[in-house]
Amino acid sequence: MAKPFRETLKTKRFVVTAEVGPVKGSSVSKAIEHIELLKDKVDALNVTDNQSSVMRYPSLGVCLLIKEHGGEPILQVTCRDRNRLAIQADLLFACSRGVNNILCLTGDSIDVGDHKEAKQVFDLDSVQLIHLVHTMKSGKDMAGNELDGGIDFCIGTTGTPSADPLEPQLIKVEKKLKAGVDFIQTQAVYELDDLKRFVEFIRKRDRKVKILGGIVPVIGAKMAAYMNENVPGISIPQRIIDELSQAPKGTGIAKGIEIAARMIRQMKEEKVCDGVHIMFIGREEKVPEILGAAGLL
Amino acid sequence: MIIAERKPMEEIKELVAPYKKVLVAGCGTCVTVCWAGGEKEVAILASQLRLARSAKGNGIVAIEATVERQCEREMVAEIKDKVAEADAVLSLACGSGVQTMAEMFEDKPVFPGVNTVFIGMPQGEGLWIEMCGGCGDCFLDRTGGVCPIVRCAKGLLNGPCGGTKRGGKCEIDPDKDCGWVLIYRRLEKQGRLDLMRNYYAPKNYRAVKRPGKIQAGKA
Repeated sequence: MAKPFRETLKTKRFVVTAEVGPVKGSSVSKAIEHIELLKDKVDALNVTDNQSSVMRYPSLGVCLLIKEHGGEPILQVTCRDRNRLAIQADLLFACSRGVNNILCLTGDSIDVGDHKEAKQVFDLDSVQLIHLVHTMKSGKDMAGNELDGGIDFCIGTTGTPSADPLEPQLIKVEKKLKAGVDFIQTQAVYELDDLKRFVEFIRKRDRKVKILGGIVPVIGAKMAAYMNENVPGISIPQRIIDELSQAPKGTGIAKGIEIAARMIRQMKEEKVCDGVHIMFIGREEKVPEILGAAGLL
Repeated sequence: MIIAERKPMEEIKELVAPYKKVLVAGCGTCVTVCWAGGEKEVAILASQLRLARSAKGNGIVAIEATVERQCEREMVAEIKDKVAEADAVLSLACGSGVQTMAEMFEDKPVFPGVNTVFIGMPQGEGLWIEMCGGCGDCFLDRTGGVCPIVRCAKGLLNGPCGGTKRGGKCEIDPDKDCGWVLIYRRLEKQGRLDLMRNYYAPKNYRAVKRPGKIQAGKA
C-alpha cells in the first residue's frame, strides 16, 4: 500500500507528485494505464477536477481508481461547479473511501472551457474551502450540524508565483496559510526567481508548510504562445520560447522534457522548495522520462 | 443605472413577424442614457422595421411612444391609447419595464426589444461597465468601493484567483481589469490593505429571497 501523503510530507526528502487527467468519457482504461505507470514512481497522484473547465470523468472517480490500484491520490476540488452542499457531500464520500488528501482550488473560469454557456457556481472561494475542510474535520458541517463521522484530510492548495501583479496574489496565499494548509503545489513555474521570491514570502509566515514547485512542460514555441494567451496562470518567458523554437523539427517533446528536468534539478539542488508537482497535461506517459532526466527515478 | 443592449434585428423581426400594428415603446430613463431604448432608438427601430417589412411586401404600422419610466404604472398608463391601437408591443425598456407593460396590458403580447445586461455606469463614450449584482448584502465597505461580486469574474471574496496577468488583467479577457487588483490598488492608496488581509466567510447568497419583494420602512 502507498505511504500516506501526510507521512511523506513529514520526511526530509524531495517530494514528487504528478497529475493524472481524467478521461473524456466513461472508459477508464487509459487512466488506469497512467496510474499503473506512475503510482510507484511518485509520492502521490493529483487528479484534476474538470480541468480547464472541460467536462470529464470526475476527480473523485479517478481517485478511487488510484486507491484500488495501490496509489496515493490527491483529490483536486474546485469551487466552480459545486455549491457548498455538493462540496461537503463529496468530501464525506471521499473520506469514507479512504481518499484523504485534498487540493483546494478556485477553479478556472467557465469561459476557458468546453461548456461556455454553463452557470458557474463559486459559492465558496479557495480560502473558504480550506476553512470548510477544517470545520468538517472538527466534526461539524458548515451550518454547524454534527456529523456522524467527520473527515480527515491532508490539506493542500495552490498559488501563482508568476501572477502579475504579485502582491494581491501573496495576500491571498497568506490567507490560505492562516486558514491552515499542509502543502502548496504551485502553478507552473518557468522562472526560478519567481519561485524563490514566492517561497521566501511563505517561509516568513509558515515554516512547516511543504512547497512543491509546479512543472508544466512545454513542447513547442507555438504551444507556449498559445498557453500564454489561453491558459490561466501560465506565463512562459520569451527565453524558453526561443529555446523551443531553436530545437530541430520533431524534437519538441524531448526539448520540453529537457527544460522541465533542468528546472526540477535546479529546484532540488538549490533547495529552492521541498519538492515538485509535474503536470504534463495529456502526456502522462512521458512523466517517467522527466523523472529520469531529473534524476528522480 | 440599468444597462441594456438592443437585440439583433433578425431576432426582433422574428418576434413581431405575425403582427401588422406594433407599438415600439421606449423608456426615458436608464435605457435612454445607454443608447438602447430611448426616443431616438425607438424612432430608428421603427423605421428599420417599416423598411424591412415593406421590402418583403408585408407592410407594418410601427407606432412610436416613449414614457419617462416604463417601470412605473402611472407613466405607462399615459400611452394606453397607443397600446390599444396596436396588435403587439415591442418594449425597449429593461426587463422590469417590459414586465410592467405586460402586467398592465394582460391581453396584449409584449416582447422585449433589448437584452437587459447589468447595473452599471458609463466609463467612456458608448462604453458601460458592470458595477453591482444586486446581491442584497453589500460588501463594498470592505473592498474600497469596488464590488468583488461582479467585478471579479468569479465573484471571489478573499482575493484574486491565480489567473491575474499582464499587469492586472483578468484571465478571461485581456481587456478586462482583475477586480481584485482594482481593490488592492484602491485599498493600498488609502492605506487600508489590512481590510484585504481579513478573512471573509462564505457569503449569504440568500440575503434576498427570490423572487425579491421588499417593503419600505422594514429595515
